[in-house]
Amino acid sequence: MAGISSNPAATATRPQAPMVRRLAPLVIFALLALLPLASALGLPGHWLTLVTRAMIFAIAALSLDLVLGIGGLISFGHAAYIGIGAYGAGILISEGQTELLVALPVILLACTVFAAITGYVSLRTRGVAFIMITLAFGQMAFYFAQALSAYGGDDGLTLYEKSTLFGREIFGNRTGFYYIALGTLAFCYWLARRLVASRFGRVLRAARENSVRVTVTGYDVDHVRLGAYVISGMMAGLSGFLLANQTDFVSPAYMSWSRSGELIFMVVLGGVGSLYGAILGALAFLVTEDVLSSLTQNWKVIFGPLIVLFVLFTHGGIAGLANKLRGRRDG
Amino acid sequence: MTLSLLIVQLLNGLQFGVLLFLVAAGLTLVFGVMDFINLAHGVQYMLGAYLAVTFVSLTGSFLLGLVLALAAALLLGLALEFLVFRHLYERDHLDQVLATFGLILLLNQAVKMIWGAAPLSVPVPEFLSGNVRLMDGILYPVYRFALIAAGLGVGALLWFVVEKTRTGMLLRAGASNAPMVSALGVDIRKLFMIVFAFGTMLAGFAGAMAAPILSVEPGMGDTVLILAFVVIVVGGIGSIRGAFVGALIVGLVDTLGRSSMNDLLRLFMAPASARATGAALSSMLIYLVMAAVLFVRPEGLLPAKGRS
Repeated sequence: MAGISSNPAATATRPQAPMVRRLAPLVIFALLALLPLASALGLPGHWLTLVTRAMIFAIAALSLDLVLGIGGLISFGHAAYIGIGAYGAGILISEGQTELLVALPVILLACTVFAAITGYVSLRTRGVAFIMITLAFGQMAFYFAQALSAYGGDDGLTLYEKSTLFGREIFGNRTGFYYIALGTLAFCYWLARRLVASRFGRVLRAARENSVRVTVTGYDVDHVRLGAYVISGMMAGLSGFLLANQTDFVSPAYMSWSRSGELIFMVVLGGVGSLYGAILGALAFLVTEDVLSSLTQNWKVIFGPLIVLFVLFTHGGIAGLANKLRGRRDG
Repeated sequence: MTLSLLIVQLLNGLQFGVLLFLVAAGLTLVFGVMDFINLAHGVQYMLGAYLAVTFVSLTGSFLLGLVLALAAALLLGLALEFLVFRHLYERDHLDQVLATFGLILLLNQAVKMIWGAAPLSVPVPEFLSGNVRLMDGILYPVYRFALIAAGLGVGALLWFVVEKTRTGMLLRAGASNAPMVSALGVDIRKLFMIVFAFGTMLAGFAGAMAAPILSVEPGMGDTVLILAFVVIVVGGIGSIRGAFVGALIVGLVDTLGRSSMNDLLRLFMAPASARATGAALSSMLIYLVMAAVLFVRPEGLLPAKGRS
C-alpha cells in the first residue's frame, strides 16, 4: 500500500492510501455493530452505555472535523451546538412535547440560526481571532443557558420522559438506544463523506490550502465555509439531542468551553481531517476518561499531562500514527 | 437607577476593566509577538491569586506576600515556558490550543488538590481598608480605588516600556513582523522569553490584586481568560492600546449591563420576566458588543500597526 515511498516522513504526511480510508471505517462500524453481542456474552452492561455515549460524542467530533479538519477552521465553541440540541430536547420534553418529529426540526432550525449568525460574524476573521471568537460565542450560549432559570438555570434540568416517535417509546431499551446512536453516527459519517467528495467539499478543502486562489477561481469561499459551519452545527445539535435522551438530564455544563476543548482533542487524537479518526478519537477519549476517573477522583491531573505529551510527541493522531508505523515498516 | 448608583457602577466597571486589561495586555503581547495562543494565561492569573493567599497568610503582610507571590508566579511561568511552551512556538495554532488546554486541566485540578475546592480569600490589607466618601451617602472602598490606581499605573508603565524603550521598540516590531526582526539580528528567543515573563507577571499581578475582592477558587482563571479574549478581539490582536480600550469597554458594558438591564426591561415587562430576561441578556451583552465591533471592523478597534 505505502511501500512505494522510501521516505517514512513523506509517507506520514502524504494523504492516506484509499484502501485504508475505505477499510478503516468499515472495520470500525462492523466492530461497533457487534459490540452488543459481546455484551450479551457477558461484557458488563456498563460498556454498552459507555460506548453509546462515546458514539454520541463521536457525532459531535465528526461534525467538528468537518470544519476543523476539512475546512481548516479551528472552532472552539462547538459544544454550544451540543447544548442547543440537548436544551431543545429538554425544554420540549419538560413542556410535554416528547415527539421526536417535532423536536428534531426545532433543534436543527435552532442550530442553523445560531450557526448562521455566529458563523457569519466569526468568519470575518482568521486564525487566532477565529478561535477566540468561536470560544466567546460558545461562552455566550453557556451563560444564556445558565440564566435560563425557568429551565433549571445553573442546576440543569432533569427529564422525566424521553423523546418518542409517533408516541412510541424508542429510547427506553439500552441495546435499542445503542443501535439508534450507531445508526445516526453511520448516517452522519456517510453524509460527511459525501460532502467532502462533492464539489462543495473540494472547494472547502482547496480554500483551506489557499483561499485566495480559490476566490480567484470564482468561488465564494466565505459562503462555502459558512455552509460547512452550519451543516456541522446541525450535526452537533443531533448529538446533543441524543445526549439529553441518554442522560435524562440537561445542564449548562454540556456547553462549557472545556467540552469544546475536549471535542478538539478527540478530533486531533484520531487524526485531523480523516473523519473516521474523529470517531476513533471520541471512543479513545471516553474510554480513557472512564478508566482514569474510576481510578482516581483527580483524573484530570493525569489526563491533562497526557494531552500535553500527546501534542508534543505525536503528529497526526491515531490515524497518522498508524501511517507512520506502516511507513517505518515498509521503508 | 439613581446618580449615586450610576457612579458606583461606573467605578466598578472601571475596576473590572483595569483588571481585564492586566490579563489581556500579557495575552495580546504573546499573541502579537510570538503568534502563540496561550490558553493557560488564565491559569497564571489563578495561580497569582492562590500564591497571594498562601504568601499573605504566611508573611502576615500584604505587600511582602504580593511580591513573593509575583516572584513565585514568574518562576512557575518560566518553568512552564521551559518545559512546554518553548516546544510549541513553531507549531500550528491547533497544537498550541490543545497543549495549553491540557495544562489548564492539570493546573485547575492540581490547585483543587493543593488548596481545596472551597473558595478562599485574602483579607483586605489594613492600610487600604475603609471607605472613601464620594458624596452624600456614597461610600466606595479604598482598596478598589487602589486597584484602579495600580492598574492604571501598570498600564502607564507598560505604555512607557512599549513606546519609549529599546525593548519596547523590538516588541512593536515583533508584533508587526517577527521573522523580519529575527532576520535583522535580534535574538528572538530572548525577546520571546522577555515577552512571556512579562505577560505572566501581569496575569499573576492581576490575580493577586483581585484576591482580596473576589473569591479565590479553581477555574477562576477560565472566565477571565475568555473575557480577555473578547477584549483582545475587540481591541485588535497585538495592540496594547487596543487591549486597554477593549478592556474598559468590556468592563463597563458588562458591569453597567448587569446592573441596569433589569430596571430597563421593567419599564415594559412584568418584574419576574424582566428579571429572567435581564439576567440572560446582560450575560450575553459583551458578546453582542464584540459581534457588533467585528461586524464593522474585523481587525478590531485599534489593530497593531503594519500587521497583515
